[in-house]
Amino acid sequence: MDITSKLIYALIGLLIVVNWGMLMSVTFRKIGARMAGRHGIPFRQPWVNLLKNISTRTIITHGYMYYLGPVFRLSGGIGIFLFMPMVFTGNADGLWTNFSFQGDLILILYFQVFGMLGMAMGSGEGGHPYSAMGVARGLAQHAAVELPLTIAILAIAVQFDTFSIYKIVEAQQGGFQNWVLFTNPFASAAIILAMLGALGHSPFNLVKAPNEILIGPATEYEGTYLGFMMSAGAIIHVMEAVLFMNLIFGGATSWIELIIKSFLIYFWSVFVGMVFPRFKIEQSVIWFFKWPLGFAIIGLLMASF
Amino acid sequence: MSELDLNDKMSEMLAKSEANVKNSKKDFTRPEDELREVVAPDGSIIKINPLYDYFSDEKPKEEKPRNGVVEKFLNWARSESIWVLGFGTGCGSIEIPPLVTPRFDMFRYGVEMRPTPRQSNAFIISGYLSVKTLKRVIRTYEQMPSPKYIIALGSCTINGGMYYDSYSTINRLDKYIPVDVYIAGCMPRPEALLHGFAKLKQLIKDGKAEKANEYARNFDEYKANQKKIIKDWNMPDYNW
Repeated sequence: MDITSKLIYALIGLLIVVNWGMLMSVTFRKIGARMAGRHGIPFRQPWVNLLKNISTRTIITHGYMYYLGPVFRLSGGIGIFLFMPMVFTGNADGLWTNFSFQGDLILILYFQVFGMLGMAMGSGEGGHPYSAMGVARGLAQHAAVELPLTIAILAIAVQFDTFSIYKIVEAQQGGFQNWVLFTNPFASAAIILAMLGALGHSPFNLVKAPNEILIGPATEYEGTYLGFMMSAGAIIHVMEAVLFMNLIFGGATSWIELIIKSFLIYFWSVFVGMVFPRFKIEQSVIWFFKWPLGFAIIGLLMASF
Repeated sequence: MSELDLNDKMSEMLAKSEANVKNSKKDFTRPEDELREVVAPDGSIIKINPLYDYFSDEKPKEEKPRNGVVEKFLNWARSESIWVLGFGTGCGSIEIPPLVTPRFDMFRYGVEMRPTPRQSNAFIISGYLSVKTLKRVIRTYEQMPSPKYIIALGSCTINGGMYYDSYSTINRLDKYIPVDVYIAGCMPRPEALLHGFAKLKQLIKDGKAEKANEYARNFDEYKANQKKIIKDWNMPDYNW
């Protein structure tokens, strides 16, 4: 497949992912509202908010890094998207595999941190004390999430002897009994638990912590910057769900399957968030170092021996 | 420069700035906001003026709306996504929490609370406004991005209400910041507030909610009014 058509398909895929991410976020808000007995926001609200934010007339800046923070975050999200095989079609160079290559798993793990570090530097230049608090909490929690997640992903890589997501998905084809969820349940358990931290809903939402530290790193951001961050958030939420889908739930063979699976993965974190209140930072770090890390190490040992 | 010398220099400067504070009794600037010299880690001396170094020194400008259909479309988006700053100024703020409960549920109209002025475009002045709070209101209002809207809740914002002869509250809000929508009553019920939002939405859709531009146009007049009533003006004139 030539590069031009690949690029066109990647752009179409990106459009689907942005809109699907926004729809997921509004559904999350709707479920929260229904649980509280309210109607909740209309379904068009994220798109209207985005349009409103882009059409803000005045916009202030705090310096170069402040500009670059949201750009880094968006490029982190798009970076994950570009190297992620979205739909398994049996052809490594197929329509929706994007620019997936041998070893893309490592690159995607890197891109997860990339956007976060960009935001940390950008909001640091914003100079608001709550931004600094949000960033400190976010990085501490991210480090705690990354450790079990990386060990569990290593377990999967050892199991299939590859760092290519496409090959991991290929090895899981042919029925749900081939999913990593069943072939390596401990690594899967570690990923499913670490996923809660990676998606950042309650009880692990103390990075943003609304009503406590305003909204954390984004406190000083407004207008177009905020619009950028909202679209980046939508992309990252879908891509995290797709990553976990590819790793342990056998990938997807069509867009419909992708949407159903990513919806269920995302809503695992939403349902947990509806039930459990927010953890403090020390509680969440200790929690990640206890259960997910233990499962991940057992999973790695299972895969190695 | 050795560490001892540095310490000496610092304490000398501190004494100087304290003496400055004592001499200028009329000035309301806090000691930490004084114009002073600071020794940088490399030994060089830097002059800093906290009050002006950290803020903008540019007057707000009038921002012309776009043309025709584009502005109409954007105004529709603005009217359907009103982000209210969570800042209760007076007793009227007790009427705002019910709006997020199942009974009134303002979210279905696209109205949301937002914790920071940078991200909100509507500001509810809820009830009486003391001079002390007015100072904070002005600073917050100027930090909000344009287009921004003010909803004045309760009679106190119109003519002072039951506090009309109080020594510490203002009577007419309109003299200090431009108001888009008034909601009369003491206190107005949450339904009245929802009606106020509906009214504001209609104004935005009609392109009539351009009070941020009015503020920029009559900036000097508004500033003169504000300075007349705020006696301890220890902030820069333009602070967004």
